[in-house]
Amino acid sequence: MRPSQRGVRGKAETAARAPLSLDGAELLLSMVEARWASTNGDARRMESQLKSQQELDKVEEHLAKLEALPGQNEEARRQIQELQSRIRALRTQVTVNYDAWHKAELARHPQRPHTLDYIERVFSDWSEIHGDRGFGDDPALVCGMARFHGQEVMVLGTEKGRDTKQRMYRNFGLPNPEGYRKALRAMKMAEKFSRPVITLVDVTGANPGLGAEERGQAEAIARNLREMARLEVPIVTVITGEGGSGGALAIAVADRVLMMENAVYSVISPEGCASIMWRDTTKKELAAQALRITARDLSELGCVDAIIEEPAGGAHTDPDRAAQLLDAALEKHLAELAKLPLPQLVVSRYNKFRTMARFFRIQSS
Amino acid sequence: MAWFKRQSADVDASGAKKVRTEGLWVKCDNCRQIIWKKDLEENLNVCPKCDHHFRIDARARLALLLDGNQYEIFDSNLVSTDPLNFVDLKAYSSRLAQAQSETGLSDAVINARGKLNDRPVIVSAMEYSFIGGSMGAVVGESITRAIEQSIETKAPLIIVSASGGARMMEGVVSLMQLAKISAALARLDEVRVPYISVLTDPTTGGVTASFAMLGDLNIAEPGALIGFAGPRVIEQTIRQKLPQGFQRSEFLLEHGMLDAVVPRRQMKPYLSRALDFMTRAA
Ligand SMILES: [Zn+2]
Repeated sequence: MRPSQRGVRGKAETAARAPLSLDGAELLLSMVEARWASTNGDARRMESQLKSQQELDKVEEHLAKLEALPGQNEEARRQIQELQSRIRALRTQVTVNYDAWHKAELARHPQRPHTLDYIERVFSDWSEIHGDRGFGDDPALVCGMARFHGQEVMVLGTEKGRDTKQRMYRNFGLPNPEGYRKALRAMKMAEKFSRPVITLVDVTGANPGLGAEERGQAEAIARNLREMARLEVPIVTVITGEGGSGGALAIAVADRVLMMENAVYSVISPEGCASIMWRDTTKKELAAQALRITARDLSELGCVDAIIEEPAGGAHTDPDRAAQLLDAALEKHLAELAKLPLPQLVVSRYNKFRTMARFFRIQSS
Repeated sequence: MAWFKRQSADVDASGAKKVRTEGLWVKCDNCRQIIWKKDLEENLNVCPKCDHHFRIDARARLALLLDGNQYEIFDSNLVSTDPLNFVDLKAYSSRLAQAQSETGLSDAVINARGKLNDRPVIVSAMEYSFIGGSMGAVVGESITRAIEQSIETKAPLIIVSASGGARMMEGVVSLMQLAKISAALARLDEVRVPYISVLTDPTTGGVTASFAMLGDLNIAEPGALIGFAGPRVIEQTIRQKLPQGFQRSEFLLEHGMLDAVVPRRQMKPYLSRALDFMTRAA
């Protein structure tokens, strides 16, 4: 950063660019960039792959020369390592496959069934409840009492809205802090009356708004994580579309976390990751692959419990059938959880998250 | 790649970020006055002219809080296995190796057992110069183990945050650390052992949206950037200038998100007083 940019503004800028870590709202920005990128299509992609191939050839040649040199010193070894790392990067660019990105597109398909579409098809006697009792009601996150095969349940989920007017009203499904607080209030009420909680997740990511920060979206998310971990009723979560970062997790600390076949779940959007790591949003396919965001990836990493099959071509091709498949999965998992006595339920939920994502080794010193 | 080099070039050996040294002199980023480096260090890396708090590293933080700079480090041998085998312009494994050799740490946190005014405490101090203090599987596990130490020994827990958030190169694995740590904090809460969260510059993203906001007390150093979404992104999304001091400690205090903003020199006395309230026999 140039010295002239320092001072208070400069500080904010530095922190915003904190290396290799991210804050949720990179996402929304990247959605805009993605639209631009998509209009440039295949020609760009081919060109970029060709460029990568050319650079790969050059770097490999350079590496071969370096390695052939006799009597390598520290600096030469460091250079060799750098080049090897670059070669790995270029190879992935040349051989990138688009499966993960296609899933991301399906997960965001404009006709994909949303939370309210599923609620309408899977539950009966839906009575929505509103408000966080502190600031307001958040239409981006809906909560309500409902019946599932006759059983009383609490259902909540993020709702993106269908047409333009609805999407504006629901803030594109990006909750404000009061949404998370309403969700927690609903879950505590379910706990009081011993009703299972079902959460449906379809959220792009964090809310990049002034109000969301002023009213403490971080605190609201954090509190939900802690309270869901010890809620004394069964919780089943389904990632139905996009599982975007902390905004998704805030309603996804559950006994069973299920994922629709074409849903994605990630710490950042592919575009956001591409713009930070590659500094190029058109590398979104690469980022999608690298981040491992598909249902199968999550299942392999042990971060989701089961995958719910979708109609061929995706849930949007047959929403009724998609809802039936969701219904069957919910029924199965709720029945299994109902058999567990309460203390055991909470202990196993704890153990599940305690042992999840333990990817480290002990280095002998 | 120049982007990352620029970042690391900003950190000098002491870990005091953005302190540009020309021999014995330092220029303050905030008031732009020239200060003796020795004066700055004696003043705990707080500008003697304008009270701007320079960033300090995890070891300096432990020295500041723990009696006689005496403490026992635990769980310092956990190393990331690169679960996604992540490669962007560079392999994550080589970024990790570089950060390890630059900081002498295996990841972005130090767990320590020590005493704070004669009272045993557990401190987890995050290291911002290790890949932006980002949280992946190792930071998540280390902090969870620190919480478990507190549950087991009943020693109060202090976590000092300095982090840009979740570590992107560990993808959803890093996201799940938020849930794991928050679940462990629920258990700590249930056994009524104190937990004080100290937020320092910067604390953003998934760290703020989990343990940093879950203390019995959440306190921050003056002028620290604290938030979930980053200021640059918010500005670009809403297309207007952010209000003065947005997402700084004082802004959060005003909006009811912090219990106190505590200058570095008063941090240890403040913590000690709070722990008296929480634990002293009546
Ligand atoms: Zn100054």
